[in-house]
Order: sequence, then structure tokens, then C-alpha cells
Amino acid sequence: MLDDPRPEELLAAVARLLREEIGPQLTDAAAFHARVAANALDLVRRQIADEAAIDAAENARLAALLGTSGTTAGLNRLLAARLRAGAGEAEMPGLMDHLWETTLAKIAVDQPRYASIAPALAIRAARRRERKNA
Amino acid sequence: MDAPAMDVGADPFPARMAVLVARIDPGASLANLRRLSGGASQETWAFDAVGPAGTRRLILRRAAPGAVPHPMAAGFTVEAAAIRAAAAQGVPCPHVRHELEPADGLGEGFVTDHVEGETLARRIQRDEAFAATRETMVASFGAILARIHRVPVAVLPPMRRSGVAAALEAIRESLDADPTPRPVFELALGWAARHAPPEPERLALVHGDFRLGNVITGPEGVRAVLDWELAHLGDPAEDLAWISLPPWRFGRIERPVAGLGSRADMFEAYARTGGAPVDAARVHWWEVMGSLRWGLFCAEMLARFRGDDPSVERGMIVRRISESEIDLLAAIEGGVDAG
Repeated sequence: MLDDPRPEELLAAVARLLREEIGPQLTDAAAFHARVAANALDLVRRQIADEAAIDAAENARLAALLGTSGTTAGLNRLLAARLRAGAGEAEMPGLMDHLWETTLAKIAVDQPRYASIAPALAIRAARRRERKNA
Repeated sequence: MDAPAMDVGADPFPARMAVLVARIDPGASLANLRRLSGGASQETWAFDAVGPAGTRRLILRRAAPGAVPHPMAAGFTVEAAAIRAAAAQGVPCPHVRHELEPADGLGEGFVTDHVEGETLARRIQRDEAFAATRETMVASFGAILARIHRVPVAVLPPMRRSGVAAALEAIRESLDADPTPRPVFELALGWAARHAPPEPERLALVHGDFRLGNVITGPEGVRAVLDWELAHLGDPAEDLAWISLPPWRFGRIERPVAGLGSRADMFEAYARTGGAPVDAARVHWWEVMGSLRWGLFCAEMLARFRGDDPSVERGMIVRRISESEIDLLAAIEGGVDAG
């Protein structure tokens, strides 16, 4: 059995080192790259923690939406092909909910502080209410 | 030939630059040659021409040796012509001092005057020095775009033409070239195809990448519009949309135009400067197309990350695809009045 600290703890420590100790000692361009590197480590930490659950949930939604099972990549290929052929919410009820859930799960790993998220959530909630009432 | 004292195999670039400086600024000599940025296809260099009358700060942009230009790139000749034509309409632009010729031995490119000022979006948005500029900047953007769009097409060399249908085709092609299935992009492209506006009445000179980051700003306002690499003949609404893309608001999401102000203020200044009345639905359509273009650009960076540029920054751009995805869902579900 390997000893603690866990990988995610070490990643957090390195990100903190880059952001709080090394970054401030650097000039503009190098400080920027140190910040990007710290952000990358945080992303990796979130992905290690959440990827399995994200993939399982996405796979289950895709299987229900498409009425078939497969790998998440394979199901996404099938969904992309159906969308390309012109299918929409009418042909695949639950489509928009699925795309929102999938995108929100992705951005929570990639860029959880992206400023668009809050206004996007308000738009989604309004359209969702309309779809329910329709 | 132009540098007889050089060792065989030494980089001929500095010597050729010295010859270039003597040629475009007689009596001056080269100093402070330094690379500002470089990618797979382009390099930017800063240098000084030091002469008896003083020092002139200059910028060289040129093709990276051996590079294959991006299919959407205008090319240096077209870029220089677009800059000159826009400047003639009163658009603040860096002065084009010299276009490289074969005899220069420096490949393709051109030399402009250096323009002092700020390009970092977050400083323009947040620093006290730009407080007054911020009040007028959105109107400046509208006026600048009206001036770019009124450039007489007849003064321009042949260049890429891309209106509504060609833009849809270009997105279709890059989505098909992406090995990863992208349902949100397919949804958005389907929406765009169904909601496509008619082709514009005339194709105008379009900057193609007009946003914070590509303008040099001083406390008194915009000093220069840079990066004409994506200039083409297209729908003026494309430029009016691109500057309001959520990633170009740099965190100030509630202010659509560059995180600084409202679309209405920009459209009003555009019309006041002689631009055609703005169709908000057409601009909204181009915002969807813009998010698709930016998202697919990020996706294409995966090959660069695994190829010629394995930098953290390059890799992290690829992980911004989900930004475009959420922006597309919000734009399509929110409609023309949202955000």
C-alpha cells in the first residue's frame, strides 16, 4: 500500500506553490505561465476526482436518450450523427436536458469559474419550465 | 551576399535585419532586435532603428520560415493592404513602413511602427488609468467598425470571400475533421443552418478578429487596431458579433461588448458613423457562429499540443471547448435578447 499524501493532495500543494510562492517572484510572461500551470493542476485534480462519475452519468443519459447501450464515445458519435441528420428535442425528448447536464459537468472540471455559467443556468431554468408546461 | 563576414551556417536573420534597417531608414542602424512572439506560422519581432535624428521603434511580422499558412489567413500582402485602406478611412492602425521583398531575404511579412499602449483586456477593463476610456470605448468600437466596413472593396487586392453560406461550410468542414464527436456543436450548427439569414447585400472588408487583446489602448482611447490576419470580405455583422463573444468579455459577462458596455451603444455609434442599420437577429446569429468558430479553434489546438507546441498553455486552450459549448446552449436557448 502506498503512503499518503494522496495524489490530489500533492497536486493541490504544487498548484499552491506555483500560485502563491513562485508566481509572485516572476515577471509578466513567466508569471502568466505559472498561473496557467497551477490552473492545469487544479483541472487534473478535479478530473481525477470526478471523471468516473461524470462518464457513468453521461453514459446512462445517452443510453436512455438513444434507446441503446455502448461506450460513452460510441453513444456520443451516434447522438452527433442524429443531430446532424436533423433530430431535435421533438424526436429525442430530453435532448436539451442531456446536453445541458453534460456541458455543465464538463465545465465544472475544465473552467468552474467561467463567468457565463450563472447566466446560462438562469436561461436553462426558464426554458426547462416552458418545456415542462408545454 | 548581404553579410559576407558571417560564418557559414550562422543564422543570417540579424544581418539581414541590419541591411533592412539601413534600407528603410537611411543612416540608421539596427538595435534591440528581440522576438515578441512566435507560433508555427508567424513570428513577431520588435527592433529599433537608431539614427542621427533619433530612435524609431519598429515591429516586424513575418511568416515563420518553412511555415504553411493557415487556410483562413489573409496573407501579409492582403493584411498590409487592409491596414492601409482602413487607415485611409480614419481607423487607428499601425503605420505600415515596409512590405518585405524577395531581395530582403526575410520571407513574407511587413514592418510597422511600434505603437505604445495597453493590450491586456483585464487592465483596460479594471485599471484606474483607463476609467475615462472605458466610458467611450464601446462607442469607439462601433465607429471603428463602421469605418472598416466602408472601405471601398475596389482598393483591396483579391482576398478570401466568406459570407453566410461559406461560413456555414467552413464550420461543417472543421466539425467533420474533428475526430471527437461533439453533440453540442452539431446542435448549434443545425440551429445555425436552419436560422441562417440571407447573404448580406454586399460583402464588406471584415476585420475577422476584432476584440480586446487586438487593440492597443491609451488613456485617451484606441490607438491602433492590430491582427488583421483573418481579414476577409464578409458580412459586417460578423465583426459586430465577434466582439461580444462571452470569452472576450474577460469575466465581465453582464456587459456584452468586450465586458465594457451594451450592444445598443455600439450599434448606435456604428449607425452614427455611417454604418448600415444593425439587424440584432443577424448579429446574434453571427455570435452563435463565432462561438462555434472559437470552440472548433480550441479543438484544433489538440493536434498542435501533441505536435509542435506541447506547452501547458496550448493544452489548456483545448480544455476551453466546454466554454463555447455552454455559450452555445445559452445563446440558442436564450435567443437574441439574452446576454
